[in-house]
Amino acid sequence: MTHRGSRVLKVGSLARVEGEGALHLRMGGGEVAEARLAIYEPPRFFEAFLRGRSYAEPPDITSRVCGICPVAYQMSACRAIEDACGVVVDGQLAALRRLLYCGEWIESQTLHIYLLHAPDFFGCDSAIDLARTRRADIERGLRLKQAGNAILELLGGRAIHPVNVRLGGFHRIPSTTELRPLTDRLRRARDDAAQTVRWVAGFEFPDAGCDNDLFALSEPGTYAIESGTPTVMPAPHTGCLPPESDRALPTRTFGVHEFGAHVAESQVPHSTALHSLLDNRRHLTGSLARYAISGRWLSPIALQAAYDAGLGDPRQGTVCRNPFRSIIVRAVEVLYAVDEALRIIDAYEPPPHPYVDVPSRAGTGHGATEAPRGLLYHRYTLDSEGIVTDASLVPPTAQNLGAIEEDLRRIVQERLGDGDPTDAELTALCERAVRNHDPCISCSAHFLNLTVERT
Amino acid sequence: MTGSDRPKLAVWKFASCDGCQLTLLDCEDELLGIAERVEISHFLEASSTDAPGPYDLSLIEGSVTTQQDVDRARHIRAVSKRLVTIGACATAGGVQALRNYADVADFQAVVYARPDYIETLSTSTPISAHVPVDFELRGCPIDRGQLVEVITAYLAERKPDVPAHSVCFECKQRGTVCVTVAHGTPCLGPVTHAGCGAICPAYGRGCYGCFGPSNSTNFPSFIPLLRRDGMDTLDVVRVLRTFNTAAPEFDAASRKELEE
Ligand code: SF4
Ligand code: SF4
Repeated sequence: MTHRGSRVLKVGSLARVEGEGALHLRMGGGEVAEARLAIYEPPRFFEAFLRGRSYAEPPDITSRVCGICPVAYQMSACRAIEDACGVVVDGQLAALRRLLYCGEWIESQTLHIYLLHAPDFFGCDSAIDLARTRRADIERGLRLKQAGNAILELLGGRAIHPVNVRLGGFHRIPSTTELRPLTDRLRRARDDAAQTVRWVAGFEFPDAGCDNDLFALSEPGTYAIESGTPTVMPAPHTGCLPPESDRALPTRTFGVHEFGAHVAESQVPHSTALHSLLDNRRHLTGSLARYAISGRWLSPIALQAAYDAGLGDPRQGTVCRNPFRSIIVRAVEVLYAVDEALRIIDAYEPPPHPYVDVPSRAGTGHGATEAPRGLLYHRYTLDSEGIVTDASLVPPTAQNLGAIEEDLRRIVQERLGDGDPTDAELTALCERAVRNHDPCISCSAHFLNLTVERT
Repeated sequence: MTGSDRPKLAVWKFASCDGCQLTLLDCEDELLGIAERVEISHFLEASSTDAPGPYDLSLIEGSVTTQQDVDRARHIRAVSKRLVTIGACATAGGVQALRNYADVADFQAVVYARPDYIETLSTSTPISAHVPVDFELRGCPIDRGQLVEVITAYLAERKPDVPAHSVCFECKQRGTVCVTVAHGTPCLGPVTHAGCGAICPAYGRGCYGCFGPSNSTNFPSFIPLLRRDGMDTLDVVRVLRTFNTAAPEFDAASRKELEE
């Protein structure tokens, strides 16, 4: 590629993301004509083969959509099917579900921070490279990740595709004595998590913003994870603010059962993942959205850490719209999850029975929870025998693709304004921009090669 | 050892959930040690390094579902001294092999408004259906301890020590009371390959077969046990047709159920 004014850039396989995909940029006359994220992960057809299965099966089966966030799939499936059957799981069983989910948040967010994202800030290929000069940091990350896995293993049986989740609760619940050994490990993890926030807050961040609606669950009084109401904070331009603004805008909400009326999926030719729009606009789910919508409900220690890390004061409604800083928000969420896990264990009293009965009935149920990467929605229709006749899974990455592509377009456009980047520079920049959003391509059910086309 | 003296490790992905390769990153205590002993030449989930082969050990996750996959499997075989599949997808087609019983066009129509944009084969097959494989590690997902054993064994150029008996043995080792005998819970333990450490019975549920068939299965005497514990034909077929549906033993047993 010689003529800089007009080119096509292709990035083969994107590294340090979950799943497989490609990136394609088409530029001409100093403008980015097209930036697209092509998912070439072959489709696995979960929604098709869930038809005809018993209503008890989706928690185990859909966990296999994604090995990085199986609990998210299990929890959204349980909520949707319990909704169809008219059952609500609350009290200590709900607390145990939140504890399991905290384990997944700690493990998965720490994986992204240390093993996938941090190497970008040091110009390294991998965490293993980074460990050559920063061994203590990487060891801290592995230790923290292991603490998340310890929760999953104790409560779920294993870290990947836990076996202990069922409709209505768990197959077996732990005794107070069984949970207690986690406490020492989690106290150490809380120090590691606080140190992680300080570590990532010291990285250098490019200026950037995002001009799309933010979408997450909210549940006043708590940082929404395993339940809540879909909530939208509109994009800055709608309030005439610059995309980098850290001011909150008034939010709106709708019921989980109205999800399909608001979030519409459509298919695009370049990808096996479906794209989606929220009320006909681009939206972003995940850490930035959650922090904007639920930030004030973080625990005091996480609130203070966020403030000290330069994220402003979430109690005053300060939001973060710089995708590069999402690594700090993730670190704050890990600290919160560790703190929350400790709180749940401290307040734990074993419920009388490991699960509540979920008798099947005909109907349609909806469930949404906050996977580490963003809001994950499931819908199932059951017949009177409890057989699934229809299933719909809307993963966060599929919802985020439009916003990620817009991010890529803006970031490359801004870089073009600063002079003439080489293909290698552009590739590195785009890969970073994509990793900011921790996309999980396996779960798009269906991730990344960069192609830049300069015409 | 430094630089290129170290054996080269490659990790590849086909149709899968990433869970089996994540198992390698979940070896928090061993990860940096392993990385000192091998050169990680290709492992997209963990590293932007993409060094050309040949590789001393290739680990493959995922099943073959596209024509490009078939070509890629052949290429990987050609550039790998040892090829080990990790997990139920790479070893038995995975949960996505449920399409093998259906018309894939129907499946596409359920998920996509424009199925013509999607390229896929009508089957999901294990890697061994296309190229010779040196070792198959079972599980959905694989077990961390077994993975470390397999990597260590291949580095030492010996056979991995991975037992082929059933989950029942592991229940006995773990001291778990048999859920079938004590509670009449239907359990696939007797026909399922060991490796997980018999997790499910320890958590009060029956094994659902995620490690696939053990080396000796006796379905004619086993299926009546499932029936006694309350499973009807469709229940039996569904439990066999989940994460290891294309494993020959599970496939044959489920077909036989439907015939009778
Ligand atoms: S075998 Fe199971 S855990 Fe492994 S990649 Fe396939 S679906 Fe995921
Ligand atoms: S289903 Fe069977 S093989 Fe899989 S974890 Fe449970 S007991 Fe082990």
